[in-house]
Order: sequence, then structure tokens, then C-alpha cells
Amino acid sequence: MWKRKDLLGIKELSADEINQILDQAVPMKDIIKRDIKKVPTLRGKSVINLFYEPSTRTRTSFELAGKYLSADTVNIAVSTSSVVKGETLIDTGKTIDVMGADVVVIRHQASGAPHLLAKHIKAKVINAGDGAHEHPTQALLDLFTIKEAKGSIEGLTVTILGDILHSRVARSNIWGLKKLGAKVRVAGPSTLMPPGLGDWGVEVYHRVEDALEGADVVNVLRLQLERQQKGLFPTIREYARQWGLNSRRVSLAKPGAMVLHPGPMNRGVEISPEVADGLQSVITEQVTNGVAVRMAILYLMTGGGVSDVPR
Amino acid sequence: MKLVEKNQIMDPDGMRRAITRIAHEIIEKNKGTDGLVLVGVRRRGVPLAVRLQAQINEIEGVNLPLGILDITLYRDDLTTLDHQPVVHRTEVPFSIQGKKVVLVDDVLYTGRTARAALDAIIDLGRPQQIQLAVLVDRGHRELPIRADYVGKNLPTSSKEVVSVRVMEIDQEDRVVLNEISD
Repeated sequence: MWKRKDLLGIKELSADEINQILDQAVPMKDIIKRDIKKVPTLRGKSVINLFYEPSTRTRTSFELAGKYLSADTVNIAVSTSSVVKGETLIDTGKTIDVMGADVVVIRHQASGAPHLLAKHIKAKVINAGDGAHEHPTQALLDLFTIKEAKGSIEGLTVTILGDILHSRVARSNIWGLKKLGAKVRVAGPSTLMPPGLGDWGVEVYHRVEDALEGADVVNVLRLQLERQQKGLFPTIREYARQWGLNSRRVSLAKPGAMVLHPGPMNRGVEISPEVADGLQSVITEQVTNGVAVRMAILYLMTGGGVSDVPR
Repeated sequence: MKLVEKNQIMDPDGMRRAITRIAHEIIEKNKGTDGLVLVGVRRRGVPLAVRLQAQINEIEGVNLPLGILDITLYRDDLTTLDHQPVVHRTEVPFSIQGKKVVLVDDVLYTGRTARAALDAIIDLGRPQQIQLAVLVDRGHRELPIRADYVGKNLPTSSKEVVSVRVMEIDQEDRVVLNEISD
């Protein structure tokens, strides 16, 4: 049974909790494939998307997940909200709270913003990405996609490739994969590796070919051009040549290895178009699974009698 | 809360006979098996639907399509339950458009499960008709719902619990009347 008020990160979840979400996402995915994509489960509940950073898939995914479960979903575009008049995060949160929000989904450029919000409002808070810290729902949909194809995560070798330093997707994925028993390799330019990576229980590689050899799954990260400071790598072309995933490199992984990318892609930079659109790519499946996983999370967080959980 | 067994309502033979009779009634009422499909409600409606399917096959030589319905997402008590029910898959791998759907469940009580099942079915398509078959009707309806086929009518008090036990899940075939004792 789900006991948490909020979903702030993968780090604090147990393997049981992760598996509970993945299991509940299976029947949710069936609903997305029906003609009538709606069940009445969250009738009368409200889900507010509060996004301080741009997003297509995560925001739309949460919005549809809420709607498929019959919740009322509202999107707040920060650029046209009172935030531009200088309202603080907590004040904005409290305003939404007293309007009767049941769930607030927040994306924020500052690490820890969802945690701060969760402390100050009664509504349940879901972290949809905070700075370079965590993106738990992305990791959960990645885990679901891998588990769906491979049957189990345990014992798989997963290579996470690219800009680890700026990647909340990498952090959440590493924690999730480790908890479910996968072997995790990371590879990327040493300037884009966070210090102390060795303590995370991952194998660090400095050549892309070594990192890919014998991998079951390759998760390619987006080169976060908006977060780069100068001088971390020479040019985008150089990065593509040294670290970009192309067909030749994919062939080093196990036959039938899966290729994931959280999107949006820089085609021709971290991933070549023929890999992105190739047979081993599950990138579009990830998007569908994202809706299913978010439905499972909304159901677990608001669908049952969990309102009396102490905060 | 503890359950104490009061008495046995049906033995394995009794269950088999009831299912045989319901199979005959389904065929008779629908003048054959044209357009009929069976849908079992999780959990114990499913093995009962499987038995009905086999029985109808024996009588008419027709294997009816069989689906499985999970009604969790359609329950009306999700916000008041103190435990959260696990959602399982609905598996109806055929179109129910224009079909005569026979819903199969183990016990008909308040009618709320049947109501949820009706909504769940209608979200899958528009059947021509929905009929309801239950092994036990124990009364105490809270909604205007009735069954078309009943294995046994059983007057009960609200302190009693009817437990249908099936080989596939419970390793035995029988129906038991239990009483709640504090």
C-alpha cells in the first residue's frame, strides 16, 4: 500500500514501492489503448501542473494521465502567471493549495524546490524535475519500458551515456536501476561527469565503445545545451563525433539491446537519426509508457484512503 | 474482525449443478448462443465464467468468447476505503459492440460491484444487451439491480459474509456462510 504524501525522488523509494508503481502502470497502459480512454477513478480530484521550465512531454503526459483518470487538470504557465510579478514559490503554492488542489506537479530549475513546496502545502507534490537533482517519473517510465521488454531489471547491464553532470534523469535512473538490481555503467566526457561518481555504485567509463560492449540497455542523455557553461567540451560537432550514439556503436552492445532517450532529442548530436528511428529504439514507446506510469502514480497517491498519513 | 464459519451452503456437486442449470438457462433465454460473450468479474467471477464456457460448449458445441473484467477503477468507494485496492488488467480481447454480454460474478449483494462492472463494460463499447449471472444472490441491494441467472438465492443478515470458494483460487469448491465476530 502506498503511504507517502509526496513523490519527490527515487532516492528515498524502496524497491517495493518502485515495483508497486511499475505493476500498476500495466493495467493503466491498457486504458490508453482503448477507444474510450477514460475511467472515473479520480472524479472530483484536481491536479495542477506548475512548470517553471519548458516541457512538452512531461507536462502533456501528466495532463493526459489526470484526464484519463477523470481528474480535473490545470496547467499554470509560469511566464503568464503572477510569478513574473515576483510572487515566491511558497506563496504561489499556497494560493493553489487553498483553491483545493489535490496534487501539484512541479518542475523547477532549482534543486529541492519540490521539497520546499511539499513542506508548505497540504496538496500532494510530485517532482517533475528539479534542477540537476531528480526526475523521478522519467526514471520510473524508463524502468517500466525496460521491464516491459526484458521481463525483469535484475542482472541487466544498463549504460547511461552523455551529460551526466547536468542530468536529473541520470541521477534518478541510477538510483532506480541500482535498487532493482541492475548493473549501471556511465560514460561521457570527464568534464560532464559529477565528482564522486564512484561512490554511486556505478562503473565509470571514459571510452564510449568500452561502455557499450555487452550492454542490454543504452540510455542516451540529452546534451543540455541550455545548462552548459563555456569550456566543458570544445564544440557540438566534436561531442557528436566522440560520444554520439550511432549504428556502429550500437552494434557493440548485445544483439537486441534497447536504446532509450528521455527526449527532446538533439538529432545528430547525442544520437544519430538512424539509431533514434531504428529497430532497437524504444523512444516513442517511452512516451506512451510515461502516461501509463503517471496514471499509476496519480492513482496510488490519490485513489485510496491515504489522506490521514502524517506529514 | 474475525470470520467464523456458520454453515456450508453448497458442496462441489451443488456448485456444478447450479452452473449446469445456469448454462442451460443462458442458452434457453438467448435461443442459442448467437452473439453471446462471457465476461467474468475479477476475481472469482473468472473461474465461474470459465466453467460456464465449458458447460455451454458441452451442451451446444460452441466455445463462447471469454473476457476478464477488473472493476477497481470503477468502484465508488475508493476514497473511503482504508486500504487501496490493487488494479489488475482487464482482458477482453474481442469487440463487444452489438454483442450480448453475460457478466459473471460470484455473489450479488449491494449491487455496487455490478454497477461498476456495467460502467466498465460500457467503456469498452456498446453491447446490444448485458445480462448478469451470479452463483449466489444474498439480497440487501442498495441499487436497482437484479440478476438474470442465479445459482442460489440466500437470505442473509448484514453481519454474515458469503464466501464462494473455487478450486482455481482456494483449492476447494464450496460456498460457505460466515459470520463476523468481534
